[in-house]
Amino acid sequence: MEYSKEVMERYNNPKNVGVLDDNDKNVGTSVVGAPSCGDVIKLQLKVDENGKISEAKFKAFGCGAAIASSALITEWVQGKSLEEAEGIKNREVAEYLSLPPVKAHCSVLAEEAVRKAIKNYQDKNKA
Amino acid sequence: MSSGVIYMDYQATTPCDRRVLEEMLPFFLEDFGNPHSKHIMGRKAKDAIEDARKKIADLIKASDPKEIIFTSGATESNNLTIQGVARFHKTKGRRIITSAIEHKCVLETFQALKRDGFDVVVVPVLQNGIVDMQVLEDSINDETILVSIMTVNNEIGVIQPIEQISEICRKNNVLFHSDAAQAVGKINVDASQVDLMSISSHKIYGPKGVGALYIRLNPRVQLSPLFYGGGQEQGLRSGTLPTPLCVGLGKACAIAQEEMRSESKRLAEFRDYFLKKIFDNLGKVHLNGDAKCCIPGCINLSFEGIEGEGIMLGMPDICMSSGSACTSDLLQPSYVLKAISVREDLAHSSLRIGFGRFTTFDEVDYASSKIIEVVNRLRAMSPLW
Repeated sequence: MEYSKEVMERYNNPKNVGVLDDNDKNVGTSVVGAPSCGDVIKLQLKVDENGKISEAKFKAFGCGAAIASSALITEWVQGKSLEEAEGIKNREVAEYLSLPPVKAHCSVLAEEAVRKAIKNYQDKNKA
Repeated sequence: MSSGVIYMDYQATTPCDRRVLEEMLPFFLEDFGNPHSKHIMGRKAKDAIEDARKKIADLIKASDPKEIIFTSGATESNNLTIQGVARFHKTKGRRIITSAIEHKCVLETFQALKRDGFDVVVVPVLQNGIVDMQVLEDSINDETILVSIMTVNNEIGVIQPIEQISEICRKNNVLFHSDAAQAVGKINVDASQVDLMSISSHKIYGPKGVGALYIRLNPRVQLSPLFYGGGQEQGLRSGTLPTPLCVGLGKACAIAQEEMRSESKRLAEFRDYFLKKIFDNLGKVHLNGDAKCCIPGCINLSFEGIEGEGIMLGMPDICMSSGSACTSDLLQPSYVLKAISVREDLAHSSLRIGFGRFTTFDEVDYASSKIIEVVNRLRAMSPLW
């Protein structure tokens, strides 16, 4: 697979690999994809008192495109409000990374991971 | 090898051996005659081709060089056999049998014949990759005209019990074909055990674009040709023979005959060293296929928690392949690993490492260290680890 410089950079030196404390009510967590499909992304967001994402961490099982898509989206969501983060489209991720068409689903997964993590944070803080 | 690149994909193809190339060269430039011409140039080419035919026959222990015909490669040999036998014998019966882990060119030919009304049976394999002999035997009925089972699998290197399958077929008076593309030149094969056998050149350090088919003469196996023309190769494969390619395949077989034993011993040592180092340094690694009944140069491993294409990306200087969906154009994981009941996530986690004639110990050592390093790095960022 021929990948862009942006993909290789994030595959070789991904920022934001790691986990946040799931018990923290300011942390939203999502796990998307399935091992049987060859892609799983775990994504966590920490939201500060101003409603902005102060920290984002990920772990990924998958190909170079899956790792790079999840790494990139954790870079992008930091400092954003939840609305802004939800507005990130998979197409933007795919374009930035110049993903080949067969790898578009990796960016879809990354977008889904952000939305589900936000939802998880909101569900936690409903009460 | 191109500088700095380590080639460990010998099941995909092999480089042409320099000795093979040198034997071929005169037939491009000076001795270019059409082997079917009756003048001196033609005879020279024909003599060289007959010599090559004999070398192939010798390697697979065929009793007569006439039992060998040249084709463009194993894909054509397999197509010619399966389509040719099915067409010729269709009035006798319509059942044709193969296994679940054959090469695509066999499986797809069977599927095409199924669409034409043939009764296709695909026999499953056991978890170690060996054909389920009971199911095979039970699948043979009065309508059965052909059994096609590969000698060595191209993904997991497993060797099938050809002698036993042969006995079952003989007992039932059914033709037995084996795709031996991955076996010839690597292990002893014996043409007396089969009725037809497919051979590839570029898997055994010969040139690409040529292969052969063994067709038993006594009793004579009858089949229809795939295409028509000047009636070369006993009317089974029309078209001018490519002299340099045929000569190359012959030389490749002669070298294999000489060196197979020492080569396979060396590769077995590499394999043992490689596997020990991997298993000593990494947990949760699975060997796919049969640990003993396999060719030494083919190793298929699954690394829990990480994905195959991701591993390959971490060592761009080493050429290997993976059964992961991400490395296939159809985004499907390997059907061979599926057939041997490898868990789907572990199919995605697989890596095929192929050693061959030009592999060195230093390369094996470097590749194993690199794999350990990349696997550890990727596992540290895996949510499944």
